[in-house]
Amino acid sequence: MFGKLTFDAIPYHEPIIMITYIAIILIALCIASTITYYKKWKYLWSEWFTTVDHKKISIMYGILAFVMLFRGFVDAILMRTQQVVASAGFKGFLPPHHYDQIFTAHGVIMIFFVAMPLVIGLMNLVIPLQIGARDVAFPFLNNLSFWLNVSSAVLLTLSLGIGEFAQTGWLAYPPLSGIKYSSGVGVDYWIWSLQISGVGTTLTGINFLVTILKMRAPGMSFFKMPVFTWTSLCTNILIVISFPVLTVTLVLLTLDRYFNFHFFTNDLGGNAMMYVNLIWIWGHPEVYILVLPVFGVFSEVVATFSKKRLFGYVSLVWATLSITILSFIVWLHHFFTMGAGADVNTFFGITTMIIAIPTGVKIFNWLFTIYQGRVHMHSSILWTLGFLVTFSIGGMTGVLLSVPPADFVLHNSLFLVAHFHNVIIGGVVFGCFAGINYWFPKLFGFVLNEIWGKRAFWFWIIGFFLAFIPLYFLGLMGMTRRLSQNIDSEFHMLLCIAAIGACFIGIGIICQVIQFFISIKERRHNLDLTGDPWDGRTLEWSTSSPAPLYNFAIIPKVEDRDDFWRNKEGQHYNKLINSINYHDIHMPKNTGLGFMISIFSLFFGFSAVWHITWLCILSFLAIIISLFINSLNEDTEYTISAEEIKKIEHQYWKNIQKAGLK
Amino acid sequence: MIENKFNNTILNSNSSTHDKISETKKLFGLWIYLMSDCIMFAVLFAVYAIVSSNISINLISNKIFNLSSILLETFLLLLSSLSCGFVVIAMNQKRIKMIYSFLTITFIFGLIFLLMEVHEFYELIIENFGPDKNAFFSIFFTLVATHGVHIFFGLILILSILYQIKKLGLTNSIRTRILCFSVFWHFLDIIWICVFTFVYLNGAI
Repeated sequence: MFGKLTFDAIPYHEPIIMITYIAIILIALCIASTITYYKKWKYLWSEWFTTVDHKKISIMYGILAFVMLFRGFVDAILMRTQQVVASAGFKGFLPPHHYDQIFTAHGVIMIFFVAMPLVIGLMNLVIPLQIGARDVAFPFLNNLSFWLNVSSAVLLTLSLGIGEFAQTGWLAYPPLSGIKYSSGVGVDYWIWSLQISGVGTTLTGINFLVTILKMRAPGMSFFKMPVFTWTSLCTNILIVISFPVLTVTLVLLTLDRYFNFHFFTNDLGGNAMMYVNLIWIWGHPEVYILVLPVFGVFSEVVATFSKKRLFGYVSLVWATLSITILSFIVWLHHFFTMGAGADVNTFFGITTMIIAIPTGVKIFNWLFTIYQGRVHMHSSILWTLGFLVTFSIGGMTGVLLSVPPADFVLHNSLFLVAHFHNVIIGGVVFGCFAGINYWFPKLFGFVLNEIWGKRAFWFWIIGFFLAFIPLYFLGLMGMTRRLSQNIDSEFHMLLCIAAIGACFIGIGIICQVIQFFISIKERRHNLDLTGDPWDGRTLEWSTSSPAPLYNFAIIPKVEDRDDFWRNKEGQHYNKLINSINYHDIHMPKNTGLGFMISIFSLFFGFSAVWHITWLCILSFLAIIISLFINSLNEDTEYTISAEEIKKIEHQYWKNIQKAGLK
Repeated sequence: MIENKFNNTILNSNSSTHDKISETKKLFGLWIYLMSDCIMFAVLFAVYAIVSSNISINLISNKIFNLSSILLETFLLLLSSLSCGFVVIAMNQKRIKMIYSFLTITFIFGLIFLLMEVHEFYELIIENFGPDKNAFFSIFFTLVATHGVHIFFGLILILSILYQIKKLGLTNSIRTRILCFSVFWHFLDIIWICVFTFVYLNGAI
């Protein structure tokens, strides 16, 4: 009846897990009862859960990312503490099998449920506004993608209290992840949560490709697109090409584990290295999926806060395009030690070094944009400067690792761990924070508190260097990654520094929470009435803050790269407002289908993990049937009347006048 | 500030262009989806190439595959694609009965194809050539069955389109759906040609 699921699956005997889980349940209950007390369920359902509005979806992505960031960060603190204790000669509080689950979960959470939601959330918010569109191409799919991501995050969280999570590292190499060496459900949890979120991400990729390619405002040719849109376009190309590879690879591993196939087994013709190749053919582009949109964020931020046009727009676009292509021919540098031979390693070593060139081009683009600009030291620009320093260091250690002989020495050491944290935190995370500080008013209509934003930045960057520079040295001293027991006492000092750094980052995160809290509390003093708080350059600043439901009452006509900036120069507000002829706007209706499908997918994933066949089939049928029932629904749009639009727009113009003319 | 906001020519948003735009978006989205699907198959073919070079087994001389039945399957699928083409022609002429009959023909051919494939799998498994025998049979079953699963979903789509026409008539969104279905179905045909060539005929060359 319940497959492999029994009461033994709940780890009663592990106090750490049980306390964490009880805490999670209590917090969830608290939130749920507060919502019930204030009778907000209906509001949440009709305004948020079922929404197809890209702006609201981006907010929900942000919330998902911050919740999961908290969990991933707690994992990080646990690991840092364990290593400090273990290098001091004690046994520590985490037994190896638990420690292994933690580092796996940390990697998976940080990449799939923090970095991806942040990046996709930013794309959701910005792309339609930047290209002058009213929504994405397929608003329902957008909602579905989000909820699929949530259900895979929930599935992963379930693994904490029911059963176990994978102990294999975040990419679950076979044969370790095969059924022979990982007979528990941990790897199955890993497989299904990645599979579900992967489907969601593929849908996102298709959605945004169509949005960018088909829905740009009239006049916006490719080389008039804002840079963030460009880099997102490249990211979505990467998503559509690389995520199918992940899907297939996971399917093959599933077949190996569930039905005794022999793709990656040691015997009967299986080939474990085939898995490693396949997963990195997805995995390397994935890195660029995360970092390219962030490059776009920095480009927008430096241009805006330096009050200058972006230096070398065309070169930056071509650099992005070449990274897009090159990212598919470097995957083997993740396992030079496979033994592919000198020729193959040389090829991949050289392509890896080449990819540093377009990245270097970008660094100079940003530097020269700042150079001789009137730089406004906003916290977004602080994150950008921090990024330029840390990412350059991370990039250079990456080039170092791309030399195969050096890689043979450094591979699997903490040097590598330091390198990828250097580029992912210094690049992706800093970029997302810059983007949040920059675009926040567009979502909520008030700007974030600067003082706490800057404090958060300083704690983050100091903490970052304290936490990860020691790891470079530890790597060079020979400490391998993923150690939890019997660590050489020589490493103790540096591990302590790293742990202190992690605490600094923790304070940084607390500063950000305070920043949000204070900003919301004092929002009346920080209202953004003009919709253009930073004197922006691109179309998203030409509409009110928060952007109205339909984004643009009249679709703008684009003539230039920084179209909004050009329009602002030498012009004044005028009273033409009364003469505009507004038209009715058709908008997609909200739908609960995405939420339902994701619930069924969660059941599907959970029952697949525990081999509950009937539930598996039933939830799959439920997905098909709900799609079918929905396909009979032709009434998917509603109309916002011209009158209503006129009212909203007039309010906006009144606000602008209140704020004073520019 | 935003003077061009006023000088704009206003986008024409009457309902027929609205539907047209929605149709191009959906078709374009489907094409992108098919390209990503194509990459899934490409990966499976790549795995097939690697695995089959690892295992020395002369398939044809061992008479594991029944090539003539595979050829029949191929023709069935090609014919179903032909009738799928007729569905689109009938749709453009708005002849609902023709749409019904050609969709049904497509469905029947597809169903026979699928049943023959299942039968082939069944035979192989009882002759002890199941997917757990070795890596070659693992990828053979996976590759062919992935195509089969796509056909299966295509069949479900046909049924739902038939029901939708009956219930709602030939609305614009259903026309788009039929167009999308036909592109999908032709795509599966191309994939099958590759399967037929690289998997089944490969041994005979």
